Amino acid sequence: MSQADLTMEGHSAGLTVGPAFSIPTKKLAMWLFIIADTMTFAACLVAYGFLRNGTPNWPRPFHSITNVALMTFILLTSSLTMLIGLRSARAGDKAGAFRWIMITAALGIVFALLHIREWLALIDEGMLMFKNPWGTGLFGASFFSITGLHLTHVTSGVIALIAVGIRYKGGRYNADDIEVLGLYWHFVDLVWMFVVPLVYLLNLSH
Amino acid sequence: MTTTTADAHDKKTGGIGKDLIVYVCLLALAGLQFVIAYQNIDASQMFTRMLAVACVEAGLAELFFMHLWSEKRAFLLFVVIFTVSVLLGMQYGWTDSFRMLVGAAPFSK
Repeated sequence: MSQADLTMEGHSAGLTVGPAFSIPTKKLAMWLFIIADTMTFAACLVAYGFLRNGTPNWPRPFHSITNVALMTFILLTSSLTMLIGLRSARAGDKAGAFRWIMITAALGIVFALLHIREWLALIDEGMLMFKNPWGTGLFGASFFSITGLHLTHVTSGVIALIAVGIRYKGGRYNADDIEVLGLYWHFVDLVWMFVVPLVYLLNLSH
Repeated sequence: MTTTTADAHDKKTGGIGKDLIVYVCLLALAGLQFVIAYQNIDASQMFTRMLAVACVEAGLAELFFMHLWSEKRAFLLFVVIFTVSVLLGMQYGWTDSFRMLVGAAPFSK
């Protein structure tokens, strides 16, 4: 065996080492996406926090917690149904996994509809991106940006749930793909846990 | 996927009972945030308490719903250290921007 062959073998051996942290590549990619997305949301929330603290006439337009409590309950429950879907997929129960994924998607749709209803109610009260009847116009900009970014994630998640669910049922995807999608869905839920106190509960009118 | 694989997954991640317990804990913690919102305390205290509860919630969701607890410890450490260091860096950056903003246009005028 020549020196060149040995070098080539050495290179191949180096390239066939298992994936980083011994987890599947798709899962690692999703985790890296989640970390990057965490930075996006953190940047928005931290900027919002500084704006809120630095602005004297910050509005407190929320009178009731019913809607946001219901939205929180729905999103948390959707995380549980996603987990049940994953367990069904791992157990080889294709019909069960598909059913639970579709239930998760349905809960996501209900969440999005409640969110849009809330937006429309606020717009009806005169709140727009850069003006509102209660105080600084920055409130509308930050509120719509943060909740809009989250709503975009929920909507994308619902579309992904339906697409992956159908492909899983058709045999093109497997339980690992459901797990990767589940990571995204739980992340959307996790972000909401920070959006609720910072954007809604700190702005309740007592 | 065989039942054996499902059993192995259950063994690794703790089964549906554990998921339900975490779900109930998350609901309770979310409820606690709503209780804090109605406490008669100043905004900074309220902010600190709510953020602390949100961090516990996020930790539970990451460790058990996203199964980070059952991954390799090196990966868990990577995610935690990387995320926390970038968030702290961002906090430093934003604080500095705010310091410059306070003495400058447009919000101070």
